[in-house]
Amino acid sequence: MRIEQYLAASAAGDGRKTAIVAGSTRLSYARFLDLATRMAATLHDRGVRRGDRVLVLLDNGWQAAVAVFATWIAGAAVCPVNPATKGTRLGQIARDCTPALVIVEARLERLVEELPEFSQMPRLVSGEAGSFEAGLAAEPLVSEPLPDTDLAALIYTSGSTGEPKGVMLAHENVDAAARSITTYLENTADDILLVVLPMSFGYGLNQLITAMRTGATLVIEKSFAFPQAIFERIRDERVTGFPLVPAMAAMIMQARDLDPSYFASLRYITSAAAPLPLAHLDWLRAFLPHVGIYVMYGQTECTRAAFLPPADIDAKRGSVGIAIPGARADVVDEAGEKVAPGTMGELVISGPNVMRGYWGNEVATARALRPDPRSGALRLHTGDLFTADADGYLTFIARMDDIIKSRGEKVAPKAVEDVLCRMPGIAEALVVGVPHDVLGQAVKAVVVAADPSLTERDVMRFCARNMEDHMVPKIVEFRDALPKTPSGKASRRLAAEPANTTGSAA
Amino acid sequence: MSDETKAAIRTFIVENFLFGDESHALPPDLSLIDNDLIDSTGILELVGFLEERFGIQVADADIVPVNLDTIDRIAGFITRKQAV
Repeated sequence: MRIEQYLAASAAGDGRKTAIVAGSTRLSYARFLDLATRMAATLHDRGVRRGDRVLVLLDNGWQAAVAVFATWIAGAAVCPVNPATKGTRLGQIARDCTPALVIVEARLERLVEELPEFSQMPRLVSGEAGSFEAGLAAEPLVSEPLPDTDLAALIYTSGSTGEPKGVMLAHENVDAAARSITTYLENTADDILLVVLPMSFGYGLNQLITAMRTGATLVIEKSFAFPQAIFERIRDERVTGFPLVPAMAAMIMQARDLDPSYFASLRYITSAAAPLPLAHLDWLRAFLPHVGIYVMYGQTECTRAAFLPPADIDAKRGSVGIAIPGARADVVDEAGEKVAPGTMGELVISGPNVMRGYWGNEVATARALRPDPRSGALRLHTGDLFTADADGYLTFIARMDDIIKSRGEKVAPKAVEDVLCRMPGIAEALVVGVPHDVLGQAVKAVVVAADPSLTERDVMRFCARNMEDHMVPKIVEFRDALPKTPSGKASRRLAAEPANTTGSAA
Repeated sequence: MSDETKAAIRTFIVENFLFGDESHALPPDLSLIDNDLIDSTGILELVGFLEERFGIQVADADIVPVNLDTIDRIAGFITRKQAV
């Protein structure tokens, strides 16, 4: 099934039901479908055709939800990009997937204008009196039925070299994931989901999709910077489902006089994107005993792979659970053969939720999607080391590469090192992840300065100008030389160990 | 709300969230969140600073955009807290 059909079916079922709540805007299913169909006509007028990509650079809001469904109604694939993305990476993404059109937040129009990749690209700007808002007045697009094998989304993630890779998800992949997730979360039209995770992120976008599939209501919030404002929203909108990342759980735990009555309407909380520390899980269960806590594991490449049924939390402590319905998760050795229970190996995922591959990147695709040595069917190699117990419950051990997970977002050390090495005054740099109470891991830079007057503040300032916030090192340590292996290769592993420092910052 | 208060808040933001980058105009009515100047963990650092520097107690319920999303609002919030 194609994803825009979720919206059409839910609107046909009960058009008056509230689909979207964002700020003071409330859209019924009928109104949301109407706006998306009108925007689809505007996209078509501006040259968007079946198979094209539409780059969406919007904050969380009803406009982003309309943009996504309009893109699908117009037959194109949506490429949602985090609006905090800096120019260099934005240019790389646009160069890679050559969008037919970009929908951009008004305050980011200047950023886009300055990039050569966007100079010829049609643009809709969202804001007061914006061309996006004007485009909602178009006559609704009359569309023809399209196959669910077409691409629905192209979501960029960071590979270990830091180059963005576009994960290609067809409608049928997204549909399979949504069907599975709504089954184990037991979602119904009575649910009210709150999304504060960026909808440019697979886990955030997925909330919009599952809400529309079940005819539920989606409450969209822009930021978790003010947790109290979100708690009030949960209470006032009677939210039942609250997806979070572990960094958000850590922030909730830091609240001093939090009243559990804010969360009386909650039925479940989900956690994904990074391992949820057991201390956080235990705190959430004790603070909100009426709420089912779902610990989950996934990747953009398959949306979701595993979940731990809340009833199993005590029996399977530390596990991310079993394969989601309809998918298969195996722990395999280097030859791709299943290992014995309790033995560490790479997690591989098979099922209709697995991506098509990476956009225009056959090398990376062949590395991620490899044939099962027995059946020949392609499986997703996650690059994550796991163990499985005799019942198939999976436990995450470590990444196979050096990718850092900070605030639930992937950071490629290489990408940060490349920026550091461009900074005047830096001779050499290594970047590693170190444990952090709130972020899970913090980015730490080990730097050899060519200019002795260089300060950690100078380094952070340079980074903040040249990379996304979550990549900026929280700790900068100066050393006289980088730690090297006996063969003379600079070693991230050795850099992660403490050393005598000549300077550091919080 | 004094200019001195606003200047202290501005300095804290520049030092801690812009790493000393003075090139940003940072008008007092600019939304700090919408413009990606402060992220979610940054707000907690800001609250810690306000409590220490201005001798106020900030409750969870105070940590909302209407009190803290612009330099003007933060200054007004401090004045109200100090008047209690």
